[in-house]
Amino acid sequence: MNRPSPLFRYLLFSLPLAFLLLFYFYPLIKIVLLSFLPEGVWAPDRLSKLISSPTYARILWFTCWQAALSTIITLVLALPGAYIFAHYRFFGKNLLQALMTVPFVLPTVVTAAAFRALLGPNGLLNNWMMAGFDLSHPPIRIDQTVSFFLLAHVFYNYTLILRIVGSFWAGLDPDIRAAARMLGASPWQTFRRITLPLLMPAIGSAALLVFIFCFTSFGVVLILGGPGYATLEVEIYRQSVQLFNLPMAAALSLIQIAVNFLLMWVHARLGKKAKVAFYSDSATGTAIKVTTSKQKVLIGVNLLFMVLLLLTPLLALLIRSVTGEDGLTLAYYSALFTTQARSVFFVEPISAVTNSVGFGLAAMTLAVILGLLASTFLASARGRGSSLWDAVIMLPLATSAVTLGFGYIITLNRPPLNLRDSLALVPIAHALVAFPFVVRCILPSLRQIPQSLREAAALLGASPYQVWRRVDIPIISRAILVGAVFAFSISMGEFGASAFVTRPHTPTMPVAIFRFLGQPGDLNYGQAMAMSSILMLVTCSGFWLIGRLDSSKKSPDTFK
Amino acid sequence: MKEVIEKQMMPDSRKILTVENLSNRYEGQPLLQDISFSLMQGEILCLLGPSGSGKTTLLRLLAGLEKEETGSIIFCGREIKDVPPHKRNFGMMFQEYALFPHKTVQQNVAFGLEMQHCPSHELSRRVETVLKMVGLSGLEHRKIDELSGGERQRVALARSLAPEPQLLLLDEPLGSLDRALRDRLTGEIRTILKSLAVTAVFVTHDQAEAFSIADKVAILHHGSLQQLDTPEKLYRTPINATVARFLGFQNLVKGTVDSNSAFQSSLGALALVEQMVQPGKKTTLLIRPEGARLASCSTDETDDIQIAGIITGRQFQGSTYKLTLQVKELSLTFDLPIDPAPPNIGQSIELLLNPSAILLISS
Repeated sequence: MNRPSPLFRYLLFSLPLAFLLLFYFYPLIKIVLLSFLPEGVWAPDRLSKLISSPTYARILWFTCWQAALSTIITLVLALPGAYIFAHYRFFGKNLLQALMTVPFVLPTVVTAAAFRALLGPNGLLNNWMMAGFDLSHPPIRIDQTVSFFLLAHVFYNYTLILRIVGSFWAGLDPDIRAAARMLGASPWQTFRRITLPLLMPAIGSAALLVFIFCFTSFGVVLILGGPGYATLEVEIYRQSVQLFNLPMAAALSLIQIAVNFLLMWVHARLGKKAKVAFYSDSATGTAIKVTTSKQKVLIGVNLLFMVLLLLTPLLALLIRSVTGEDGLTLAYYSALFTTQARSVFFVEPISAVTNSVGFGLAAMTLAVILGLLASTFLASARGRGSSLWDAVIMLPLATSAVTLGFGYIITLNRPPLNLRDSLALVPIAHALVAFPFVVRCILPSLRQIPQSLREAAALLGASPYQVWRRVDIPIISRAILVGAVFAFSISMGEFGASAFVTRPHTPTMPVAIFRFLGQPGDLNYGQAMAMSSILMLVTCSGFWLIGRLDSSKKSPDTFK
Repeated sequence: MKEVIEKQMMPDSRKILTVENLSNRYEGQPLLQDISFSLMQGEILCLLGPSGSGKTTLLRLLAGLEKEETGSIIFCGREIKDVPPHKRNFGMMFQEYALFPHKTVQQNVAFGLEMQHCPSHELSRRVETVLKMVGLSGLEHRKIDELSGGERQRVALARSLAPEPQLLLLDEPLGSLDRALRDRLTGEIRTILKSLAVTAVFVTHDQAEAFSIADKVAILHHGSLQQLDTPEKLYRTPINATVARFLGFQNLVKGTVDSNSAFQSSLGALALVEQMVQPGKKTTLLIRPEGARLASCSTDETDDIQIAGIITGRQFQGSTYKLTLQVKELSLTFDLPIDPAPPNIGQSIELLLNPSAILLISS
C-alpha cells in the first residue's frame, strides 16, 4: 500500500487539531469551569441551585416543547411532499427541487425578516388588508407569538424532511413493494407493513435533525418571538449580553452542550442504521408520470402548499424592501449608503456588506484549508482511530453557535489569548462552524477514490505529492468548491456566534439586520428588508453557481 | 372414439394461460408487439432474449405490475386485465430478490401466508416445509443482510412458493450469482418446480440456463416473439437468422436458391436435401458447428458435403477444438473432436459436413 507515513499524516492533522483545541475546546472547558467555579472557587451548589430554579426548568421545558411541536408539524406537512417527489415526475420538478435549497441556506435572520415582511404588523399582508378593508389595526396579529416562529421553523425544516425522506423513499427498491403486492398485500398493507418500516430510519433521522435545529433555534425566536419567549439559546444571549449574569449563562450553556451531544449521538446511531437499508441503482429512474386525476389533485395541492410556504415570504421580503409608504421606492437601499444622525450605526450600513464578504472570504479560506487537511488525514486513516477523529471533528456541529460565541467572549478577551479587538475573531468563529461542513463535503469523495488509482499513478512514475496533486485534487475539486461555497454561505448568514463576537464598528450583515429590526421607525424596518434582500441574493447566488456547474459538466459516477 | 375425443380435449383443458395480441408502450415507444402464446398446466416456459427485448416487461404484464395497451391475458379461462396484482395469486421472484430487509428469513417467507390469513400453526408448518424444500432449515431467524447470495436466492424462491401460487413468475432469478452456483441452482430450481408441478414463466438472457430449466423456450427480440418451441427443436431448427444468431450460431451464409434447387452462395453451389428446406423465403444457410468431421479420417462413401479451407484459428477448448477456417471469402467455425487433432494454423483442411447439421432459414 502506498500510504503516507503516520508521522506525516499526523503532521497534516496537527493544524486542524490545534485550531480545534484553541478555538473550540478551550472556550468550552472555560464554560464548564465557570459553571462549577463561578468566582474561581468550587461551588457546585450554586450550579445545582440554578438548575433547580423554576426559571431554568421553564426555559428548558419551553425549548423542548417548541422543538417537538415544530418537528411534528413539519413532519405532517412534509411527508406527503416527500411522497410525490419520490414517486412522480411533473412539470417544474427540477426547478422546485433547486428552490428547495433556498430556505435551508437562508440565514435565520433573513428568514425572520422575510416572515416579518409577509405577516408582521408592518408586513405586506397586513398593509394590504388595512388598505383594502379600511382597518385601523393590522388584522393579523401573529408577531411575538409562538405560532410565528413555529411557522418559520416549518419554513426552513420542511425542505430538510422533503430531501432526506424523499430521496430515501425514491431509493427504496420498487421491487420490494411489488414483491409485497405479488404476495397478496393490498396497497395500504404494503405501505403499512413494508414501506413505512423501511422508511422509519430516514424519518427518524430527519425528525431528529429538525428537532436539533429547532432546539438550538436562536435568530428566529429572538426576532419573531419577542421578549416573551426564550429558548435556551436566546436565554444564554440575554443572560450574558444584556444581564451580564455570566455564571447563569454558563450553566445554561452547559445544559445546551450536554443535550446537543446526546442528540447528535443518537442521530449518528440512527444514521448508521439508516445506511443498512437497501438501495436500488436507479434512485430517480423509478419516478412515473402523473396519470390519474386523483394523483393530479394530490400533486397540485402539495405544490401549491410548497410554493405558498417557500416563495411567499421571500417574495414579500423583496417587495417590502422596495415599497415605502408612498409606493415603490429605492429609498431603503440608498439609505444603506448614508450615515444618519439617529442611526444605530457608527458607519454607513452598507459597510456591513463589505465586512461580511471580507469575513466570509477569510472564513472560507481557513475552513477549506483546515477541511482539506483533516479530510486527507481521515481518508488515509483506517479503523477505530479514524472514526474517533471523525467524531472529534464533527463536535462543533453539535455545539450551538451561541454557546461558542459565549465561550469566546469569556476566554478570548484576556491573556493568554487576547483577541478582543482583533478582526480575526469573527472569521475564526465562522470557520469553526463551517469547517465540519467542509469535511463532510470533501471526505466522501476523497474516500470514493479507489486506492488502485493512486497505485496506478505511482507505478506510472508519480511521486506521492504528484499523486495527490494530479489524481486526488482534480477528482475532489468539485467537492472542494461545494465545501467552499458552503463555508462562505455559512459565514455570510452566521448570527449566533456573531451576535457575541462582532465589534460595534464592524457589524456583519445579519447583525446589522438584527439591529435594524430592533429599532422603531419605517426607515429602519425598510433598511432591514433591503439588507436582508441583499444577503438572500448573495447566499443564493453561490448555490445557483454550484447548480450551473453541475449542469454544465455532469460528473460521471465512475466509482459506483 | 371416446379416447380420441379425450385426447383432443386434454390439451385445451390443461391450457392455463393464454396471451393474445399483447402490445404495450414504454414512454411512447412501442415495446411489446403483438405477443401471443399459451401455456399448459405444469409447464415451465422460458422467455429468452437479449436485454431490451421486452422479456421482463412481458413478465411484469403477466404479474399485473405493468399495464398492457392492447390484447388480453386469459388465466384459467378468465380475463385478468383488471385484476390488481395482489388478487391474482401469482408468485414472483425478482431480479435482485426484493427481500424485505427489515424482516427475518422466516418473516419473509411467512408474509404471503399472513396476507391469506393463514392460521398460525398452519403457517409455521408451511414455512418450515418450504424452507426445508429449498434447503434453508436452521436459518429461519437470520436477517437478510446476513445471508449469502445463494441463500438469498433460496429465500426468494421459498417466499414466492409458500402461498402456493397458481403461476410462478421468475425474473432472471440467477442473474447476480457466479457461474458455478448458477449451474447448481438451475438444476435445483427445475427439480423443485417439477416436484410441485408449478406452472412457471422464467425470464433469462442465458441460453444454457433456459435450455436446462425450461420445457418450452420463447425467443424475444425487439419486443416481438420470434419462436416458441422445446429447447431441442429450437436448437435444431431455428426459424430465422435472428434466432440462430441469438443461439450463438456463427456460420450463417447468405445466398439464393436457383431453379435446380441448389443453394448458390460464396461457397459455390450446394445441392439441397429435402429436410434442409422448409417453407417460406429462405436466403440463409445455417451450418451448425458440431456437424463437421475431418475428411481424412473418413473412408466410407457418404452423401456428406465436403468443404475445404485454410485454418485461421485453432483453439483448444477441452472436449473440442474450435476451428476457424477461411473458405473462399467466408470465415466458418466448427467444433471438432480432439482426436485426431486437427492440423495447425495456416494449413489447408478438408471437412465433411453432416447434412442434418445444415438448415436453410430465412434471414
